[in-house]
Amino acid sequence: MSQLDFEKPILELEGKIAELRNVSGENGVHIAEEISRMEEKSSRLLKQAYGKLTPAQKVQVARHQNRPHCSDYIKALIQDFTPLAGDRNFAEDHALIAGLGRFGGQSCIIMGHEKGSDTESRIKHNFGMVRPEGYRKAQRLMKMATQFQIPVITFIDTAGAYPGKGAEERGQSEAIAKSIESCLRTEVPIISIVIGEGGSGGAIAIAVADKIYMLEHSIYSVISPEGCASILWRSGEQAKEAANALKLTAQDLYSMKLIDGIINEPLGGAHRHKEETIKNVKDTIDGALQDLLPWDAKSLIRTRREKFLAFGRNL
Amino acid sequence: MNWLTNFIRPRINSIVPSKEVPDNLWQKCPSCEGMLFHRDLEESSKVCYHCGHHLRITVKERLSIMFDDGQYETVELPKVAHDPLKFKDRKKYADRLKESQAKTGLKDAMTIAKGTIGGQKAVIAAFNFSFMGGSMGMAVGESIVKAAEIAVKEKAALITIPSSGGARMQEGMLSLVQMPRSIIAVEMVKDAGLPYIVLLTDPTTGGVSASFAMVGDIHLAEPGSTIGFAGRRVIEETVRETLPDDFQTAEYLLDHGIVDMVVQRGDLRDTIGRILNLLMSTEKKSKKAA
Ligand SMILES: [Zn+2]
Repeated sequence: MSQLDFEKPILELEGKIAELRNVSGENGVHIAEEISRMEEKSSRLLKQAYGKLTPAQKVQVARHQNRPHCSDYIKALIQDFTPLAGDRNFAEDHALIAGLGRFGGQSCIIMGHEKGSDTESRIKHNFGMVRPEGYRKAQRLMKMATQFQIPVITFIDTAGAYPGKGAEERGQSEAIAKSIESCLRTEVPIISIVIGEGGSGGAIAIAVADKIYMLEHSIYSVISPEGCASILWRSGEQAKEAANALKLTAQDLYSMKLIDGIINEPLGGAHRHKEETIKNVKDTIDGALQDLLPWDAKSLIRTRREKFLAFGRNL
Repeated sequence: MNWLTNFIRPRINSIVPSKEVPDNLWQKCPSCEGMLFHRDLEESSKVCYHCGHHLRITVKERLSIMFDDGQYETVELPKVAHDPLKFKDRKKYADRLKESQAKTGLKDAMTIAKGTIGGQKAVIAAFNFSFMGGSMGMAVGESIVKAAEIAVKEKAALITIPSSGGARMQEGMLSLVQMPRSIIAVEMVKDAGLPYIVLLTDPTTGGVSASFAMVGDIHLAEPGSTIGFAGRRVIEETVRETLPDDFQTAEYLLDHGIVDMVVQRGDLRDTIGRILNLLMSTEKKSKKAA
């Protein structure tokens, strides 16, 4: 998973460059030339690969383990972050992290799916697959946002809501539906950024927003390509075809007017350039807040409804 | 309907499309395997008179047992873009649509009807499971919006009757956004102070169960219906434990607090009529006036 097959030649080259750097003490000049030649080649290869990623490759990139995760964005962009836990009913769900904080000068509620970044944290965060408690925490915080009139920022990155016995018993469907309803009723601006994988109902549950952006190589889909292939092609092996057919890339969704914008990823993807990617996301949120602030609650809610009702009507 | 009649019926219909043809005088109950005579089964609204199992019924049958005196008026479905993704798996989505339309005589997986129940005005948006598994795409979502608009305009209650495997994946994200869109429709009805009732029928799963179907003022369910978010097999593969036999049934959801009532098909009209009268009749305001 951490290695993308189409990146293999690039990764090999990057490995060699790193090796050469290590030994560059002795024949300085000669090796420096060699390094810059290889770097040129590697960036050419990157340009080739990333200039025309197929949808199936984007699925891989979107799921890359080294992509910045929700917690990375919070760490880099949110001051005074104060995590808030629990649905006040059953449990705290670490798959959906949330809290208060400041973006720029602006007080905000921030929430998002967290996949985790190593084995231990992945298990803790349940690989970003949210249970009903997580969606009920989201509902609680949406209400709090309205109560204190502070905008909401959500980061979307999940394979989907958790399919489990307890999740069903505690009303996974109801929790997702009510989370969508909460978004629609929230009387403050909501900004959503798809940073990796926007997996179906579990993603849209917290992405019914006034402004929706996607990172350049993120995906957003009604079903995973694997799931779609196993149902419609009766074989998971057709996942590539399914990824094509589903039109799940940021570019496809922008052209269908389902998202407000695409956030550039530096050459080689967010997993190579965390800081620059996070900076680009910051600029986008900045712009969105400028567009949305100040707001009038009634017209905000009406405009949000109209925005979603317009989806598909203009095709 | 069992798998046999399900399979054979469309072929007979395609030969003699204009008339209802009883394909079998007898059929087996899928639950108790008791033999059921077609005329008796019609009379019992497709409820097995041996074991009480609720067999799937057509939308026509359903509407006629729900509205007062079986009287109702259907509303034309709104027009939507067809196959905007130009989706093709082993077959073109455009062809699947045409086949389903030919097979069912319907435009898509939804029927909108209006009439009265218990004397109160009601608009019903009912899913046709026989149309691509009742999957929710743009046509279905837009129909729920239209049904809600009619309910608001005519000061009627909105009743949705899901019977659906979930989202219409051949419409990609355009089907996923029907989750918020259908909930916006419900919000319009709630804003108008009108009741929104969901009658969960077999099956209600995936994106359909996780949207408009779970934000009702009142949730009713037909006995034995499968209702849930994730499919049973997916869950079994994830949690690697055996699930109870009644997992995700209407009765199980009642026990877990997700539905208000499990209602026998024969009692639906009376129950919904009573609820609508309690919620909508002007007498309820007498206390305020006094
Ligand atoms: Zn029976």
